[in-house]
Amino acid sequence: MNFFIAPVEFSNVSVLHSIVKNISGIFKDKVSVISLPVNTAAAFSRDRGQYFSTQLIADAIKLTSGYDGKVLMLVEFDLFVPVFTYVFGEAQLNGKHSIVSVCRLHEEFYSGKTNDKLFIDRTIKEILHELGHNMGLIHCRSWDCVMHSSQGVEEIDIKGQFYCPDCMEILSNNGFKDSFVALPAD
Amino acid sequence: MKNKTRILIVDDEKIVRESLLHWFEEEGYEVDTAEDAEAALRTIDKGKYELMLVDMKMPGMSGLELLDKVKEIDKDTIFILITAFASVPTAIKALKNGAYDYITKPIDPDELAHIVEKAIHQRALRQENEQLKDNIDEIIKPDNLIGESRQMIKIFDLINTVAQTDTTVMIRGESGTGKELVAKAIHINSKRKYFPIVTVNCGALAETLLESELFGHEKGAFTGAHYKRKGKFEMADGGTIFLDEIGTVSPKMQIELLRVIETKQFTRVGGNENIKSDFRVIAATNEPLENLLKEGKFREDLYYRLNVFTIFLPPLRERRDDIPVLAYYFMNKFNGAMNKNIKNISNEAMDFLVNYSWPGNVRELENAIERALVVGRGDSIKIEDLPFHVTPNNRIDDDGDKSLESMEKRHIMNVLEMNNWNISKSAEALQIDRVTLYNKINKYGFRKS
Repeated sequence: MNFFIAPVEFSNVSVLHSIVKNISGIFKDKVSVISLPVNTAAAFSRDRGQYFSTQLIADAIKLTSGYDGKVLMLVEFDLFVPVFTYVFGEAQLNGKHSIVSVCRLHEEFYSGKTNDKLFIDRTIKEILHELGHNMGLIHCRSWDCVMHSSQGVEEIDIKGQFYCPDCMEILSNNGFKDSFVALPAD
Repeated sequence: MKNKTRILIVDDEKIVRESLLHWFEEEGYEVDTAEDAEAALRTIDKGKYELMLVDMKMPGMSGLELLDKVKEIDKDTIFILITAFASVPTAIKALKNGAYDYITKPIDPDELAHIVEKAIHQRALRQENEQLKDNIDEIIKPDNLIGESRQMIKIFDLINTVAQTDTTVMIRGESGTGKELVAKAIHINSKRKYFPIVTVNCGALAETLLESELFGHEKGAFTGAHYKRKGKFEMADGGTIFLDEIGTVSPKMQIELLRVIETKQFTRVGGNENIKSDFRVIAATNEPLENLLKEGKFREDLYYRLNVFTIFLPPLRERRDDIPVLAYYFMNKFNGAMNKNIKNISNEAMDFLVNYSWPGNVRELENAIERALVVGRGDSIKIEDLPFHVTPNNRIDDDGDKSLESMEKRHIMNVLEMNNWNISKSAEALQIDRVTLYNKINKYGFRKS
């Protein structure tokens, strides 16, 4: 199964390379970067200053019928769904599409200090988390598991960097047994 | 990993329903949605949903009106209102009407997760508490500890007095006199009643097992300790620990017990962690501890630590006034259990019951009445319905022979028949060892009929 990462209005090329390199080291199958002309303007809420993630996914669905695999949009802007104040990302449970925003993953957002390693770690965790939903995983109670629910950035930092044995077993049952090559690097 | 809690989301906005559905499904909950209050009411059966997340403003019936109807169907449903414009009066009204909480749109995911988890946890605690209270109600039925005799009225007074304190209590009495019932009565009339009463039969466990049972153990502490386990002292935190047959505890365990009772601290077997527990101790014995003290088998310091307030339970033969009321109580109890309708006890049967020596005390009387109801026909308990040994031909005082040997012979036969020739039980009731009982059976040439 292929993985397609679609940077949408994503300006930081070096970060993108680092993420692709990391993800490629985790999944056995090919990880490709693709361009998706999603209509971000239509998903923008002037009142909230945020982008409606569900609408972006709906737009991506229309544009990706030719891609056989999981498609993850990577954005720098802040995401929301109307009932919530914000979301780090959104995914179709057992589906093909997901989206991750790095907006609230920057350490500058919280402490004012830059920490690139922490930023990349958080982004990888959130990508693995949303892809986990795509592969049929729900939130896991284990803090060691990347599928642990994170309502704040602190919880992202606490949780593990990979799927726990229980979640791996579910992934295996869902047909993703041979998708991984290695644990993510510390 | 799967969360079994069932949630119903009620909101007229499709996007809100879908977002919340999606969010809760990722959390592992079982989720349904309804587009308005009427649709919600159609899908609700009692107990179907543990939690409802409901929009305050909807066309037709509002969230507050739905709240009233849901509470009529199932008062235990957790009801959380979602509102775009929170105002203090509506919030107060919602909470007064039984809503658990309200959340303002847009919802902070962290806040939602926190409120839902807390609500579900509190609901589980409340249900557990109600179950505990139900169990307690069962125990404190006044007829569970029965007696109108002067001795029993005095005992009820002692129970009430000591229950108001945290004093250690020693309950003494022959086997079958109701020592555990007294311990429970003290517990449930004390301020500790909403915490557990944990019973340990010290005589039933070997020393090593008793140690693990009382203090718990860490994983791998010994062969077979696959998991960490809480001990009885830890389980009794906030409540009462009832140490039955305290006289059987080994000298080594007596030291351990003394230390725990004095410090209220201990470590699990194989562990280092110092665990604190706030428990009250009630102990019981059917043998005179003073004899064990003299023989050096029971520590003096532990004896005085336990023997602060003593309640002596008289044997049934010393409170014969209570026998009729007990007999009728057990008759009614087993009528219910066996779906029978036996209304009274014949004069002849009652005469025997009141005059019998009851070596097995109240427990023996209970067994006798149970057996009478099993075999009995008609609407009253007759003397022939009583166990074999109490029929007229076997009555203790029937043949005029008052020699000690004759009395012993009849008594042993009665106890054997009463216990269906179970040698261990009979020996225990007679308070002799099994070898002695076998020798008596051989001596008197008894045969099982």
